[in-house]
Amino acid sequence: MTASQTDNLKRPRMARSTAAIFGERIIELLIRLCGVSAIVFVFGIFLFVLREGAPLIGKLDWTKVLFSQEWYPTSKGNVRYGVGALIVGTLSVTGLAMLFAVPFGIGAAVFVSEFSTGKVKETLKIVIEMLAAIPSIVWGFIGLSVMNRLIQEYLPAPVGLNLLNGAILLALMSVPIIVSIGEDALKAVPDSYREAAMAMGATRWQTVYRVLFPAARNGLLAAALLGVGRAIGETMAVLMATGHAVNIPKSIFDPIRTLTATIAAELGETAVGSDHYRMLFLIGVLLFSITFVVNLLADLAVRGVRKQ
Amino acid sequence: MRRIQKAPRNGYPGRFALSSRNQGRRAGIGSAVASSLGLDSTVFAARASGDREAKLWVAIALLLVLGAAGCSQSSARTGGSSGKPLVIQNIGSDTMVNLAQAWAEEYQNVESNVSVEVSGGGSGLGIAALINGTADIANSSRHIEPDEEAAVVAHSGSKPREFLVGFDALSIYVHKDNPITSISLEELHEIYAEGGKIDRWSQLGITNIPRARTDRIIRVSRQNNSGTYHYFREVVCGKKGDFKLGSLDMNGSKDVVELVSHTPGAIGYSGLGYNTPSVKMIPVARKKGEKAVLPSIETTLDKSYPISRPMFMYTPGEPPAHVRKYIDWVLSPAGQKIVEFTGYIPLNIAEDKK
Repeated sequence: MTASQTDNLKRPRMARSTAAIFGERIIELLIRLCGVSAIVFVFGIFLFVLREGAPLIGKLDWTKVLFSQEWYPTSKGNVRYGVGALIVGTLSVTGLAMLFAVPFGIGAAVFVSEFSTGKVKETLKIVIEMLAAIPSIVWGFIGLSVMNRLIQEYLPAPVGLNLLNGAILLALMSVPIIVSIGEDALKAVPDSYREAAMAMGATRWQTVYRVLFPAARNGLLAAALLGVGRAIGETMAVLMATGHAVNIPKSIFDPIRTLTATIAAELGETAVGSDHYRMLFLIGVLLFSITFVVNLLADLAVRGVRKQ
Repeated sequence: MRRIQKAPRNGYPGRFALSSRNQGRRAGIGSAVASSLGLDSTVFAARASGDREAKLWVAIALLLVLGAAGCSQSSARTGGSSGKPLVIQNIGSDTMVNLAQAWAEEYQNVESNVSVEVSGGGSGLGIAALINGTADIANSSRHIEPDEEAAVVAHSGSKPREFLVGFDALSIYVHKDNPITSISLEELHEIYAEGGKIDRWSQLGITNIPRARTDRIIRVSRQNNSGTYHYFREVVCGKKGDFKLGSLDMNGSKDVVELVSHTPGAIGYSGLGYNTPSVKMIPVARKKGEKAVLPSIETTLDKSYPISRPMFMYTPGEPPAHVRKYIDWVLSPAGQKIVEFTGYIPLNIAEDKK
């Protein structure tokens, strides 16, 4: 090969690679922008919500706001912004939902990951993912029309729209998340653990209970916490199914009201800039903080998994 | 032709999409109004059926209609009367503001040359604007006071004219198996108002509601920014009063009746028009011991039913032609249909019942 020939061969290749480098830079920049934008959006939303609510922060008696259950934002005589009952409502419906969802979800994850094979496994996974795809307004509708009557008919509940109704819906909504993340956590446990357990003469149940659960502990915890996050933030279904009553529940058959449902029901018709409007944004800040803490805990749990 | 073009976008159905919260009802009312106003109902039918071929034809038809409408519009513009739009200022009652808004928007399709500007603030504000001369029409959910009338006369030189445009009455609903026969305003106050002492049906002497799980009264109310909530609060809880906490706050008049219909221990309030066979409307007495009356147009008219009020429009003196035409349209069947759809009692029901 002569020098000119190599030049001829090289030159187009050089030209192509500069174009490629240039293109790659652009793509790199775009991807970086996408990554950074998530952070920008999260903080942007938080700041926006905070800004709308901020002028009211100084004007409120916060112990009263957080611990009083008197929510009278449109009163003519005595306006009170007590969100105590709303916080209790959110926590109680989420807690009860998790009481149903965590055992079911982890159980289903164990079944999908350890006990089922082939077609059964594939079908189950697809169906569970479909469950996650049902819009929350549809769940709310089921709560309002189907569950409402069932609870009214077969349980000693004075009214069908109550804590139990909302909790069952939330449980059904968070089970798919718990199952898919829980299953991933179980799948991440090395097969050598299972083989060792079998070699020791452990039954399948003993393997799951004594070997897999401790090994996948953090992943399962993360699954449960993400389920909690899903349940706390849920709005439409709880608005329709829980009865929307400012009330500290004494039994699971009492109606309740959640923070999210309050914002959804009231924000649309408040005057922009009014105290009521600002208070609803402050409730938003409160919710944001709660879900932030839950997600942070879930993240820390997942990190724990990676370390192992 | 213009109507068909405009209605789906700026017309009455679109407004419902903004104001009503119930998705299902939204579409229902939208198409019902559309067809009742003589709009092309195939558009809605095709949308519902999802038939592709039908959709295609409808799309083609719409294009033709739009084209034709465009032509007729331009010819109307050039050959139109004055071209300068007339504005009607319509101020007043918050209870009526949704209704007035709906009227104003629908009137755009009837008389495009007249634009009605609606604002709320309360009946008092409306009448004040009438006195100042800043309102062409004042909406009021009460009669004008004599001194207010005198002020209008002093300012404009003629007596204000009153037009009855509809009624607003709230019925008290219980489950159809509830044996209660009447209730008084005082009892309602004790049940609903903050600090009220009645929490159980037995306190009202009701002990045998079939299938009720508890003796507790399940109070059904409305979300705290609804006009119905405010009116009921004013009548039952007092001018500065508040509701007792723990009521189930529904997002629509229909939802209240729905919930009461399958909750044996429940009580709720909602518009008269929402009555169904699965709930029981109970007569209300002004005071305990007085005669209890069922809500109806007659009892609303003669003021014997305590939770009802007429809705008025006032003009300062004899209205000018374009305002008169608007009020005539409001009183016409087309205008009164909107009264019914927004949950109030139209005048024509009164005639039907006579």
